[in-house]
Amino acid sequence: MKRTVPMVIAAVTGFVLIVSYFIPLTEEWGSIAMQWFNVLAAIAFVLGGSNLMRMNLQKISDRRPGWGYAAVTLIAFLVTLCVGLLKVGVQPTESFPTNAWAAPYNQEGSFLWWLYEYMYKPLQATMFALLAFFIASAAFRAFRAKNPESIALLATAFIVLMGRTYVGGLMRDVLPASLEWLSFDSMTNYIMSVFNLAGMRAITIGIALGVASTSLKVLLGVDRSYLGAGDE
Amino acid sequence: MYEFLKNLDRRWIFLLILLAVAIPILGEWQFPEKPSPMVQSVFDAIENLPAGSDIWMAYDYDPGSQGELHPMALAFTRQCAFKRHKMYFMTLWPQGPPMIQKNIELLIKEFPDLEYGVDYVNLGYRPGYEGPIKLAVIDLRKTIAADVDGKSLDDLPMTRDFKNIQEVDLIVNVSAGYPGTKEWVLYASTSYNIPTVAGCTGVQAPYLYPYVPQQLDGLLGAIKGAAEYEFLLLEAYPSLRENPKAQEALRRMGPQLLAHLVLIGLIVAGNVIYFVGRSRGDV
Repeated sequence: MKRTVPMVIAAVTGFVLIVSYFIPLTEEWGSIAMQWFNVLAAIAFVLGGSNLMRMNLQKISDRRPGWGYAAVTLIAFLVTLCVGLLKVGVQPTESFPTNAWAAPYNQEGSFLWWLYEYMYKPLQATMFALLAFFIASAAFRAFRAKNPESIALLATAFIVLMGRTYVGGLMRDVLPASLEWLSFDSMTNYIMSVFNLAGMRAITIGIALGVASTSLKVLLGVDRSYLGAGDE
Repeated sequence: MYEFLKNLDRRWIFLLILLAVAIPILGEWQFPEKPSPMVQSVFDAIENLPAGSDIWMAYDYDPGSQGELHPMALAFTRQCAFKRHKMYFMTLWPQGPPMIQKNIELLIKEFPDLEYGVDYVNLGYRPGYEGPIKLAVIDLRKTIAADVDGKSLDDLPMTRDFKNIQEVDLIVNVSAGYPGTKEWVLYASTSYNIPTVAGCTGVQAPYLYPYVPQQLDGLLGAIKGAAEYEFLLLEAYPSLRENPKAQEALRRMGPQLLAHLVLIGLIVAGNVIYFVGRSRGDV
């Protein structure tokens, strides 16, 4: 029962969405299914939050390696949740001058806004910025011309790296019109719109066919792995 | 020298990259751009629409990709504002609303004559990945009944008679991943023939090229695409030359140039070490 009901729900919803795409008369059915999906997606945030609490509390309670990080995660999660839900620091607006609770939770100057602007944003930006340093280090140590394939990769990387800068277009001013294609930006455009495009189209079509066959297996109940390994 | 480079401490590489980024920023390096045909087609898609057209601004990115995508999002907003297009802002990313808010603040500051609810509206975030797209293309009110401040769409002049996304003249999507451009193409632009242009991160661009020009009218790839776009915008609207905030992407091309040159230098140095080492029997 625990597996049959979810399987039936998945199959019915899947087929309704397929039918609604091809038959305009049934478009409304697809809309209803999607409304349900959106409601469930919003509820999934609550499930996700409770799961985060459970996993991290367990880690702290068992004193597993790295439990301190779990504590930081939990504190950050709870503080953000509380200041957002309670609208800490939110001021009344012109529309609702007597009731601060009616103002938006992310109002400029509120505690949640402060957390987002001065904690979350700089931390995320820093994490991504660090990539540049590690990519540079990795390129120095690992990008070697060991065989013809890696030489082709190196040559492509060189052209695209140059083509994505101001220098890439400079050669166009120097070269005669008939040789403009030799400028780095022209070659970059050619690589992206011919070699990359051909490869990506093949990969995309392959993925689409794979997704279609896997989806059909799920809808027909042949593939039940998404239900987990629970009891029948 | 060979021994030094072979055992080079990676902190020297980090220092090199730091300098490559810091020097052009501090020196305020800026270069003229040569817009590619792809960028030109994105610009034309917005520019050639009659004034007052409806544009769906789907901004699906977060602070992590802000450095790469925010300048192009602001450039799209500026161009739409200059053309007096009606803008419907929405995001499918939970971290997206503050990104939209920055665009709203830009409109309030730089285009004070535009009115909220008449010329632009902030529809905020909707959960459900591609789900809200599938609903909004059929009936907007099934997924969004009010704007970000809770005001009913029936009370806002520009949304009062707005039924669904099929009514818009163009979808502009700025995307940092899933859900993003691919989902807008699959569930909105292709299914209902809605013209769409997009801007994306550098790593996403190769995956999205196959959609141009059939499903996407054009694509801006990363900060280079944004810089070329800003250049076109400055050419079309010279008043922006006085506004340094309208040249953010152009300003970032200096660090990109020097960092790319350093990267190429490091790859060459790494290979020299490799071949010297191989000739000596070290590898």
